[in-house]
Amino acid sequence: MMLISAAMTLVVGHELQSAEPKEEKQRLRKEKKQHKKNKKDDRGPPEKEKEKEKASVPAPSKPATQSPAHKAAPVPVNASASESPVAAEKPAKSKAELRAERRARQDSERASKQGKKEGGQQSTSSKPKATPNELQPVVKRLPDHVQVDDPVALKKLAKKLERQQKSGQGCSLNITGVKVPLRSDYGYKVSLFSHLHQYSRKNPPTQQISIPVTVIHPSIVRLGLQYSQGIIAGSNARSVALLHAFKQVIQDYSTPPNEELSRDLVNKLSPYISFLSQCRPLSASMGNAIKYIKKEISNIPSQCKEEEAKRILQECIDSYINEKIILASEAISKYAIEKISDGDVILVYGCSSLVNHILCEAFEKQRKFRVIVVDSRPRLEGREALRRLVKKGIRCTYVLISALSYILPEVSKVFLGAHALLANGYVMSRVGTSQIALVAKAYNVPVLVCCETYKFCERVQTDSFVSNELDDPDDLIVTRNGKTHLENWQTVKSLGLLNLVYDVTPPDFVDLVITDLGMIPCTSVPVVLRVKNVDQ
Amino acid sequence: MPGADKETELSERIEAFLSELKRCGSGAGSLRGSAETARETTSLLRRITAQARWSNAGDLMEIIRKEGRRMTAGQPSETTVGNMVRRVLKIIREEYARSRGSTEEADQQESLHKLLTSGGSSEDNFRQHFTHLKANVIEAINELLTELEGTTDNISMQALEHIHSNEVIMTIGRSRTVEAFLKDAARKRKFHVIVAECAPFCQGHEMATSLSKEDIETTVIPDAAIFAVMSRVNKVIIGTQTVLANGGLRAVNGTHTLALAAKHHSTPLIVCAPMFKLSPQWDSALQELVLRSFCFLLPGEILSKVNAHCPVFDYVPPELITLFISNIGGNAPSYIYRLMSELYHPEDHEL
Repeated sequence: MMLISAAMTLVVGHELQSAEPKEEKQRLRKEKKQHKKNKKDDRGPPEKEKEKEKASVPAPSKPATQSPAHKAAPVPVNASASESPVAAEKPAKSKAELRAERRARQDSERASKQGKKEGGQQSTSSKPKATPNELQPVVKRLPDHVQVDDPVALKKLAKKLERQQKSGQGCSLNITGVKVPLRSDYGYKVSLFSHLHQYSRKNPPTQQISIPVTVIHPSIVRLGLQYSQGIIAGSNARSVALLHAFKQVIQDYSTPPNEELSRDLVNKLSPYISFLSQCRPLSASMGNAIKYIKKEISNIPSQCKEEEAKRILQECIDSYINEKIILASEAISKYAIEKISDGDVILVYGCSSLVNHILCEAFEKQRKFRVIVVDSRPRLEGREALRRLVKKGIRCTYVLISALSYILPEVSKVFLGAHALLANGYVMSRVGTSQIALVAKAYNVPVLVCCETYKFCERVQTDSFVSNELDDPDDLIVTRNGKTHLENWQTVKSLGLLNLVYDVTPPDFVDLVITDLGMIPCTSVPVVLRVKNVDQ
Repeated sequence: MPGADKETELSERIEAFLSELKRCGSGAGSLRGSAETARETTSLLRRITAQARWSNAGDLMEIIRKEGRRMTAGQPSETTVGNMVRRVLKIIREEYARSRGSTEEADQQESLHKLLTSGGSSEDNFRQHFTHLKANVIEAINELLTELEGTTDNISMQALEHIHSNEVIMTIGRSRTVEAFLKDAARKRKFHVIVAECAPFCQGHEMATSLSKEDIETTVIPDAAIFAVMSRVNKVIIGTQTVLANGGLRAVNGTHTLALAAKHHSTPLIVCAPMFKLSPQWDSALQELVLRSFCFLLPGEILSKVNAHCPVFDYVPPELITLFISNIGGNAPSYIYRLMSELYHPEDHEL
């Protein structure tokens, strides 16, 4: 109810600016009506409450049914309330958006006339002016990659991919039938995970694209393949590769005649992003990087020349990589090295570029320690970490994750990397991390998580099921003693293989998070997010 | 001479058995289950009783102890051998006591009163000769063999008491006891099994294929995902290599992590173990498997600069275990010490 009145004041405010003499008369009329209403109010306030509620209930039900927000969004008052402060930040709007706003204004006028009959709300309307800015839509749109079991959502995704093909046709040669491919799932999915995709590495998404591809830039196609085949893996590596590919895209981009760079480039990027997410679901770090780029692109002033704009964007990307990844890892190493003392036995899991960097730096600073690398099937990423550390000359031990209870009594500290830090303090990282944290806690060994701030994410999650990634199930097949037991798992009806990629670690297992902003407890992640939002 | 032939035949058999044990132990994974080992040990002991030369119970016990020491030295990690030897020794003591006419319980209990009044041990009592002792002992060993043959069935019969429909059960590696347990329950109930594959030998794969053939919904997960999926698991049912006297376990690598994860989610941990796995000894020196198990994981030049560990067993403390299901019924871990005292005589703990 507050929102409606807030909307009314905002919308009324717009109108005040546009047509003043009319408003004077309207105001006088309103005052007269208020006078009459105040008399009626004494008689029947509860009836009006009911009326008001009826008026407000149909309004919020509209946004509920129409919320997958298309651009030409029809009219719910709440949506317009939230859209208008956001719209004020964007520089230019398309015709469709302007039309929508006008419609919104007209309808809210109607609603406000209804509301004015209720009287008394005008006095409270001054306070809630501030709230629509803070009360952002609480339920953000659910990402596509966790709605695989919903046929409606899948159809929408297919349509969206087709639309993105059409948007690319304007500037390219005449290509028919080329679109962002929709990858199909492979194999029997465990029932608990039927809402997630499960792809096979043997069917890369590029099989369905014809050559030459003009909707999707070739460096993006290459990047997508590298993601889907696992050639580029690891949160930092994927983000850096993405940003470099975008630099290439921007370099090769030329503004079509009647379009503005700031708007058109963002539209160009959308099919690329869809393609990449079909190859492999985007990571939180990639998501943040994309948000940053889109913001930078839309902030390009319209009078800027194309060469100048491109240069600015390339610089932005370079500075992002430099600040958020390279310098951040230097800062984190500095803090982390304080925590490594001589004689330490440090346990690491899998291959985290950040943790490896910290250990190499510490070794160069003449700290005496030895490292235990824990590895797990089927990815066996610990071998890569082992290779890097051994090359540096660090004394290493190698075990599989099932030997954890055996090796932990020797360990003095555990260093873990993270894929993302969620807003409720949970750490999302490679599957097995939570297990290591659990057993370390049981043996009273401190667990330190190292994570850059650009991986902080506003999502919340409490278990590893609702949002995860399913890797190729064939990876679990192995030959031992000449026998491959799971060879024909597809033929057996009741057998399923589960190859999870991520899991979430509860914050009570983690003792410290080392970020480029300092050493914080796990529960301070939303504080950092808030500070970052204010900065931006 | 027939006697000499018998003796050589006997020693040949013992030698064959010992070499079989050694071979099984040094290979990758056990080539035969503990039940089979127990049966073979017991039948070998029966043969020794029948064919070796002894005149009184004390001699027989000496012979069996000697052979038992050799057998356990051949393969220290296979504790069922030692357990069967101790069972047979206890049988001999019981039969001797019965032949003498005294009640067993009075001899067994070590009460404070007995310690003060009786003084010395009753070692010299075993020198008396009884004609029917041999027959009685052999008969008792036969009973033991029948018991051994029925252990798996006895355990599986209890399955329906512990598994309800639409449960999600987690297990690790491969245990024949648990396999029979789950298959028996699957005849009447529908449930879902998650098998942790237990690297590096991945015995879990075999277990999963075998279970899925009986139409049980099975999922194979890597070891790293144990904690991640534990929140959806209703029960954890595992087998073990040995049950220790304090109620703890020596089980396959990775079981301790599984037990900790189950404890964190308050999921009951049920151990299916027949009574012959109960062992009074703890030998901490037998953990690791040869490094060649890692040569398929790491390239050579790195392997030479690195220490690699591959432990075979995990110790699981009794606080993490909820229930033991054995062929004599269900027991809490706190009761195991009592069962131990009924199975073995305290003087036989050290062979």
